[in-house]
Amino acid sequence: MCALNVANQVQAGAYSGQPIVNNFTIMAATKNGSGSQTSNNVLVLSLFRMGIPVNGKNLFPSNIKGLPTWYSIRVSKDGYTARRVTTEIAVVFNLDTAAEDINNLPPGGVCLLPAEWKWTQSRQDIVYYELPVKELMAKTDIPSDFRDRIANMVYVGAVAQLFGIPMDVIYKALLDNFNGKEKPTKMNYNVAALAYDWAKDNLQKRDPYRFEPMNKTQGKILISGNEAGALGSLWGGVSIVAWYPITPSTSLVDAVLDYKHLRRDPATNKETVAIVQAEDELSAVGMIIGAGWAGARAMTSTSGPGISLMSEFAGLAYFAEIPCVIWDITRLGPSTGLPTRTSQGDILFAHFLGHGDTRQICLLPGTVEECFEFGWRAFDIAEQFQSPVFVLSDLDLGMNNWMGEPFAYPSQKINHGKRLDKEKLEEFFAKYGEWYRYKDYDGDGVGYRTVPGTDHPRAAFFTRGTGHTEKALYSEKSADWVANMERLHRKMENARDLLPPPMIDYHAGKKIGIISFGTNEPAIAEARDWLAAQGIQTNYLRARALPLAHAVHEFVKQHEQVYVIENNFDGQLCQIIRMEIHDTRHVTALTLGDSLPMTPDWIVKQIVEKK
Amino acid sequence: MPPKANIGKTNVLGLERADYKGLTSTLCPGCGHDSISNQIISMAFEMGLQQHNVVKFSGIGCSSKTPAYFLNGSHGFNSLHGRMPSVATGATLANNRLIALGVSGDGDTGSIGFGQFKHMIRRNVPIVYIIENNGVYGLTKGQFSATADEGQKLKYYGENPLPAIDLALEAIIGGCTFVARSFSGDAKQVQTLLKAAISHRGTAVVDIISPCVTFNNDPQSNKSYDYGKKNEIPLHHIDFIQGGFVPAREEITVEYGEGEVIDVNMHDGSTIRLKKLGRDHDPRSRARAIALLEEAQREQTFVTGLLYYEEPRPLLGETLHLVEEPLANLSDDQLRPSREALDKLMHAFM
Repeated sequence: MCALNVANQVQAGAYSGQPIVNNFTIMAATKNGSGSQTSNNVLVLSLFRMGIPVNGKNLFPSNIKGLPTWYSIRVSKDGYTARRVTTEIAVVFNLDTAAEDINNLPPGGVCLLPAEWKWTQSRQDIVYYELPVKELMAKTDIPSDFRDRIANMVYVGAVAQLFGIPMDVIYKALLDNFNGKEKPTKMNYNVAALAYDWAKDNLQKRDPYRFEPMNKTQGKILISGNEAGALGSLWGGVSIVAWYPITPSTSLVDAVLDYKHLRRDPATNKETVAIVQAEDELSAVGMIIGAGWAGARAMTSTSGPGISLMSEFAGLAYFAEIPCVIWDITRLGPSTGLPTRTSQGDILFAHFLGHGDTRQICLLPGTVEECFEFGWRAFDIAEQFQSPVFVLSDLDLGMNNWMGEPFAYPSQKINHGKRLDKEKLEEFFAKYGEWYRYKDYDGDGVGYRTVPGTDHPRAAFFTRGTGHTEKALYSEKSADWVANMERLHRKMENARDLLPPPMIDYHAGKKIGIISFGTNEPAIAEARDWLAAQGIQTNYLRARALPLAHAVHEFVKQHEQVYVIENNFDGQLCQIIRMEIHDTRHVTALTLGDSLPMTPDWIVKQIVEKK
Repeated sequence: MPPKANIGKTNVLGLERADYKGLTSTLCPGCGHDSISNQIISMAFEMGLQQHNVVKFSGIGCSSKTPAYFLNGSHGFNSLHGRMPSVATGATLANNRLIALGVSGDGDTGSIGFGQFKHMIRRNVPIVYIIENNGVYGLTKGQFSATADEGQKLKYYGENPLPAIDLALEAIIGGCTFVARSFSGDAKQVQTLLKAAISHRGTAVVDIISPCVTFNNDPQSNKSYDYGKKNEIPLHHIDFIQGGFVPAREEITVEYGEGEVIDVNMHDGSTIRLKKLGRDHDPRSRARAIALLEEAQREQTFVTGLLYYEEPRPLLGETLHLVEEPLANLSDDQLRPSREALDKLMHAFM
């Protein structure tokens, strides 16, 4: 980035230096509820359609209307999608934050703002472009009800003209944004086009930033993690979704609602997916446990406060061995915390959710492709281990649009695990002369289950959260309790290497190992490149499930220095590693937990300083 | 006289009553809950229920232990305190062919699980929801429950200063279409109401006063045996006439003639025949059912019988427009859209 070089000549006239192409961040500061979502989505989609690697992040308040919101769009010719600390271009459309937003621009930065503010242009080292928003809007015949919401299209047109997005691309993106509806498309487009034309006639380009078409997004998709998770669940055979609305998980269930028609029975036009909005998260998880017990594939989606409410039920499902899937789109806690900001702070809590000795299976997607894959796989894993499966995504992955490869069709058939129907139960009796629900016939800690409605006189058993024998009978005997806990322990130990394995980039001889999980992926990938450029070589392991695979243990032992990078305050994954591995003197937690998606800038600084 | 159910030593399935038993109860000898379990066994035997199609649910508490003591051939789920309604909701959504029997207590339903109770009713989950109501917490040794009447006395906790929650009244207000109250000492009425309840389509709430012989059986207590035996006022003499294989009718009609008998015809062809006893009560009227219970609360009278009945609302699965086939039995093809459908969808995200 050479913004500094241009700093002292920006106000002079036309820019004459080297252009900066497809390698900067543009941020739109608006008011929440002002309709800027359409403008921002259209910009991201247009850039994506131009073949430029792009990522959009919405930094929004816990509010319906009026509070400030920022949307940052990063384009990167090299394909990086992490958040950057620096924003080169600011669309300053919220007077409440304007001073701060302008102040945050680096030298050489660019500011687009409404002309009617008559803003004092006190910074000499940035470029100001004043847009006559009010005047342009007055020229349109848009009904006054819509005018405020559509005014944000002015900056779309100006950005398109100043930095180079063809207006036909904008039109197509708008049309897709409005699901093919021409009326709102045209209404929005006309404003953007008006601003485009005005900018062309009235603004002299005085900055180096340019979008130029590439071919780096061809064949790729642009999708949010929550949509990906919903689609994965639908391809995984989810039949019952019980949930309670909570940011940032709501859009996952909304996406199930949007796409459940893909599972509609063509003969009767009836649904194979039941979606129940429960009275609270406690009831939501109770419903999916009842459904899982009765043989259906059931899931809920929630965030931290909901997970808190689910803890007693989670312990019951773990102990009574009932499959179900719980998505936790993590936000910042404790308590209500910052409900619209991202975090990786639930990993310890979710892994041990439930009182007593519980160890819950957690899947840790880091990409939209993994949200889809773990979406369907979670149901197989839940049935395989007869246990709840938590999928820990986060707000950044869940609610923002990410580039990804088109999702691969599930590579395995649906696996119901050790479930005995009438015929299999008869075969079982023929082989063993008995069937006891919690007996470990295979030595892997997983028993054989039946579901209610199985037409066999000996299919029934009694499910309880109380102490029980392998015959599922009530027992207060210590020996029965211990035997059961030992079997559950065996089950979870076996799970380690049967869950999605960690992604490992290992080359012998490198002394530094980085361990992380989830959405830190893009920041770490970029940071490793920067570090390598400085001569700091790193290996990298991204954990994708708990309990941790043995490969994680190996990785820790293979390095002289291990950094566990996570977006929470206490270094929770690092704590799990310390619990499981004897010698961790060389393991350091690098924790952020500042409510924002991680940046390569921060990671590099940490590692360089520690070295 | 209605035709008496033709039940001998074996029922329509060729099973004996003993085949419907459960494990030996571990409740206090003489507990009202055990007599209710016995009536559940008799009901299931006489109705010829297929045990593998029955599911038993409960929460936590003395009452919630009882599903282990009846119908050993049925799957059972002793869940969490107050949270049985959600578990039953999920299970009956997963398999709409199951016959659900829930057993709860007054602590389970009236306090910790009050919200789930109301929302289960609101959704019209198909279940017979039995409340074994003794006004006291037994397993924790004798605290008042929310159904204990104001002014009632208990050994350690003194006098109850708070008014009672009437769970039958709450059920009616919540939209329940079958609401009954009974007394565990009135075995025949309990059994008859259970038969009617299990024939009902939707949530059927049966609130049964069931004395706690250890903590709340003082003759002064209106949840005691003595009190119940002396003060129970059955609204009707009730007979249940099982419909058998009569096809379901399109409409439910309740014919209330000039005379003394109300025949409530149910969806499955069964009939509840109500013969007037001391007072008039028409269970078809929501307003009168509510007035009756408010009066009973005010005057501390113990009325039992079918309090309220109305034409069933759509079940939750119908509200959600679900396929007829149990969701738990869907084939893998029904559970996973095709490869082509995924490819097509992916193009929409490009």
